[in-house]
Amino acid sequence: MKARPPRSERTGYFLALPTWLTLGLFFLLPLTILFVISFGQRATYGGLKPIGDLWVYLASGKFLANYARSLHPIYLQIFWRSVWMAVVTTVVCLVVSFPVAYYIAVAAAPRRRNLLLGLVVVPFWTSFLIRTYAWMFILRTEGLVNRFLMAAGLTHGPLELLYNNFAVLIGLIYGELPFMILPLYASLEKLDLSLLEASADLGAPRSSTLWRITVPMTMPGIVAGVILVFVPSLGQFIVSDLLGGAKTILAGNLIQNQFAVARNKPFGSAVAFELTAAVLALLFAYALYTKRKGQDVLL
Amino acid sequence: MPSEPSVEIRGLTRRFGEVAAVDGVSLDIRRGEFFSLLGPSGCGKTTLLRMIGGFELPTEGSIRINGADMTRVPPYRRPVNMVFQSYALFPHLTVEENVAFGLRYKGVPRGDEGKRVADSLALVQLSGFEKRHPHQLSGGQRQRVALARALALEPEVLLLDEPLGALDQKLRKEVQVQLKHLQRSLGITFIFVTHDQEEALTMSDRVAVMNRGRVEQMDDAARVFERPATEFVANFMGASNFFAARVREAINGQVALELKAGGEVRLSSAEGGPFRAGEDVRFVVRPEKLDLRGRDLSAHGVPSLAVTIEDKVYQGISTVWIVRDGADERFVVYEQNEKPFEEGSRFAVGGRAFLCFNPRHAVVVRPGGAEGS
Repeated sequence: MKARPPRSERTGYFLALPTWLTLGLFFLLPLTILFVISFGQRATYGGLKPIGDLWVYLASGKFLANYARSLHPIYLQIFWRSVWMAVVTTVVCLVVSFPVAYYIAVAAAPRRRNLLLGLVVVPFWTSFLIRTYAWMFILRTEGLVNRFLMAAGLTHGPLELLYNNFAVLIGLIYGELPFMILPLYASLEKLDLSLLEASADLGAPRSSTLWRITVPMTMPGIVAGVILVFVPSLGQFIVSDLLGGAKTILAGNLIQNQFAVARNKPFGSAVAFELTAAVLALLFAYALYTKRKGQDVLL
Repeated sequence: MPSEPSVEIRGLTRRFGEVAAVDGVSLDIRRGEFFSLLGPSGCGKTTLLRMIGGFELPTEGSIRINGADMTRVPPYRRPVNMVFQSYALFPHLTVEENVAFGLRYKGVPRGDEGKRVADSLALVQLSGFEKRHPHQLSGGQRQRVALARALALEPEVLLLDEPLGALDQKLRKEVQVQLKHLQRSLGITFIFVTHDQEEALTMSDRVAVMNRGRVEQMDDAARVFERPATEFVANFMGASNFFAARVREAINGQVALELKAGGEVRLSSAEGGPFRAGEDVRFVVRPEKLDLRGRDLSAHGVPSLAVTIEDKVYQGISTVWIVRDGADERFVVYEQNEKPFEEGSRFAVGGRAFLCFNPRHAVVVRPGGAEGS
């Protein structure tokens, strides 16, 4: 007879149930469906073609057709663009957010902290779509920026600010900024300020204190922010749709197009799964790295 | 004692809004001495220390360290180092890396860093702990790492902000002796902040007792204890036996006092003078210098005060007697428990006795600032 697990352990399983249900229902199940569909083929009217005998289908190698297609240079170019744009977005967000978060968490008067944090969160009250439209009004030929530049006599004709990589990057950075500021704030707020004083006391100038104390001590927040910004940037399609031109299609647009326009669900699923797998692989690699370094940062 | 001061503080004031945390303090701290800033919490001692370290800027006044003006110099350019109350060890670095942290800024060549770290750790008896992280150390070990980290930079002045506060009583006593020994052998000026008068007395050459941002008394440790200048200092040093008296005559430093409760005391030399005849004064006698007797000794020239025994507290080494005189003033008497326990005591609670003392132990104190502590 097998011994029953102790009561506390059983209670533990029971309490974890909602987590497992949520994860299973909203994450694992859709991903599995996606994964299965990605091996299928598109029917003439956008549905799924019956595969006939499973073994014949597998032996024919047709099930890998979508993945093979995704390696075509035109798609690889899209992936590459998505990656570098996500990287630039993440780096810019980090560089811009750190001083902001530092100011709110450390330098600002404590009673003003909530107000400043509120200001960071306020944009969420408006739909992201509308805020992205707003950028069109700012960047377009007769937009705010161009009118200002021309009125100030800095430029003679309007600049082409919209429908290019630059506009997409602006949109991405703008949209992701709060997701970097908030985790950085959470980390910086916990920072023991006497450590900064100790560093100064030991002779470290401010820049050294930043690199040797502040940054390492807030690494969990930095990692969280990087993940929270990089992953959504990689799958973005609204920003590139509205602010980007024909040449700035991103992986997100590719997937969205396959589902909504081209009605090729299997190919869309394959690309979506590739993207998910790439992100998971990155996170896994990071988890391995921190584990080997004996640190327990976040994952 | 070498003459040139290590730290010169002149008219130093630090205001936070309306409140002056440090209020016009002037001090000379001598080279190589163990100097303590002693006072209750909120007296401004930590703010004063932080200004010497450069973590707070004074509103007024100046600080000179080894003759150079340091009033507005940032902490990383001052020849002082600090041991923080919370130790402020860098949790992401090992013991070794913590101790080596500041060496590169002091121009220590890379090749010598290892030796400096090893020497510092040996000094605080922590050799062998190089690769540990702070969270793997006990409180006492962490305190020593903090000390080693500061000493590795060979500062001219070491600032210590209640560094023993987090240690338990027994360890505290040990570390006090070790610290004092270390300070003597290194010859570095130590400025030590504490609210524990016993700790200050154990370690310090000189003590500045602070209250409400001001220095009440600055003197050799023993003198602060034996001859408190103000009621506050007397209270803080645990000498809370105040006698009200009136000056009958004062000639050539000799003062004759008339006790309010009756009887006369002649003091051969009295601080706090000059005194005028008819003036009201208060003097203090430490609890261990008071004696309870069964009979009135005034005829023998010993001041004796009739009192009622109110309470008795047995404390092992000593017994504490609480007594009250006719004017309802309360006095505390420490008596060494020299006799075997079985013999019992001479006085019973509720009984009567005479409070006697040697006039040499009476110290006239200035009033004011007499806050309980």
